[in-house]
Amino acid sequence: MSKKEWPLWEVFISGQHGLNHRHVGSLHAPDAEMAINHARDVYTRRKEGVSIWVVPSKEITASSPSEKGPLFDPAESKTYRHPTFFDIPEEVGKM
Amino acid sequence: MSDQIAASGAPQDPFVSDAALKPAFFEWLCRMGDNALVLGHRTSEWCGHGPVLEEDIALANTALDLIGHTQMWLGLAGEVEDEGRDADKLAYLRDAFKFRNVLLVELPKGDMAVTVMREFLFDAYHHLLLSWLAENSNSPRVAEIAAKALKEVSYHLERASDLVVRLGDGTPESHRRMQDALDLLWPYTGEMFEGDALDTAVAEAGIAPQPEDLKADWEASVQEILDEATLKAPETAGFFHKGGKQGRHTEHLGYILAEMQFLQRAYPGASW
Repeated sequence: MSKKEWPLWEVFISGQHGLNHRHVGSLHAPDAEMAINHARDVYTRRKEGVSIWVVPSKEITASSPSEKGPLFDPAESKTYRHPTFFDIPEEVGKM
Repeated sequence: MSDQIAASGAPQDPFVSDAALKPAFFEWLCRMGDNALVLGHRTSEWCGHGPVLEEDIALANTALDLIGHTQMWLGLAGEVEDEGRDADKLAYLRDAFKFRNVLLVELPKGDMAVTVMREFLFDAYHHLLLSWLAENSNSPRVAEIAAKALKEVSYHLERASDLVVRLGDGTPESHRRMQDALDLLWPYTGEMFEGDALDTAVAEAGIAPQPEDLKADWEASVQEILDEATLKAPETAGFFHKGGKQGRHTEHLGYILAEMQFLQRAYPGASW
């Protein structure tokens, strides 16, 4: 099989204005415009989104699982780094 | 949920109980519903067979949208007829010669080129018609259904136009297939714009436009996309296949109905 596959895209969807785009999955498409159309058809059938981002998967650089220790261990048991001591007024809304 | 709200809060519509207009209005609603039903069924034939997963899902979405439109049009047709037939009965228990869809939508799905080209040629018409109905129809019920369907058909048209350009102006192979599809389907497009006495009755009531009145806009918008796709409509010298709107169909419709209606025919009233 020498079938040429379309490149892979990662899809991010925002469910509400002002909310972050969240990764929802990936799909194949020949270019960005069609990736948006495909994302609309594959991931927003139940009104999940108001905005779609697509990013070529090959453009994403991922951290290596073998470096998990050095990268993340130093942050362990440092509760004071969590900003849980502030009261956020309700009018601020989604943050 | 929103469907139920719409149904219970349906606007008052004097045409629904207009005895003089009933035969024409009922038939016209069947034409609207049957176009959506038969094209929806043809499109659904791709489910699980699409060339790539993403197209498979997109086609299944389109098919579902069209079946949704069918429920609304044939549901209203049943109300107008007032003989106890609902959308399901009209869809599953009428024979081929009672179907009122244009021949274009019943032709076999062919390859992706035929599927995409047919959707494009029909969507361009469908979009114009629904826009007119949503804005201008004297029948509030018709305008309401059209406005709902138009949202989905706008996307169908956008998607199909995009694919026609991509494939028409694509590789030599995709261009050849798209041109073949256009040559095959073009002689079936004229039927969408040929009115009869029934169309005139519904147009005179201000419910729908005369089919002829949509033709110039359709030709202009279709030509624009075909030019961009480097495709050329064949010369037909004014000849067009027709008859579907009056119930004279190709042999293909019987096969569709055999598959679609089998369950209700074999097990009347079956549901799940």
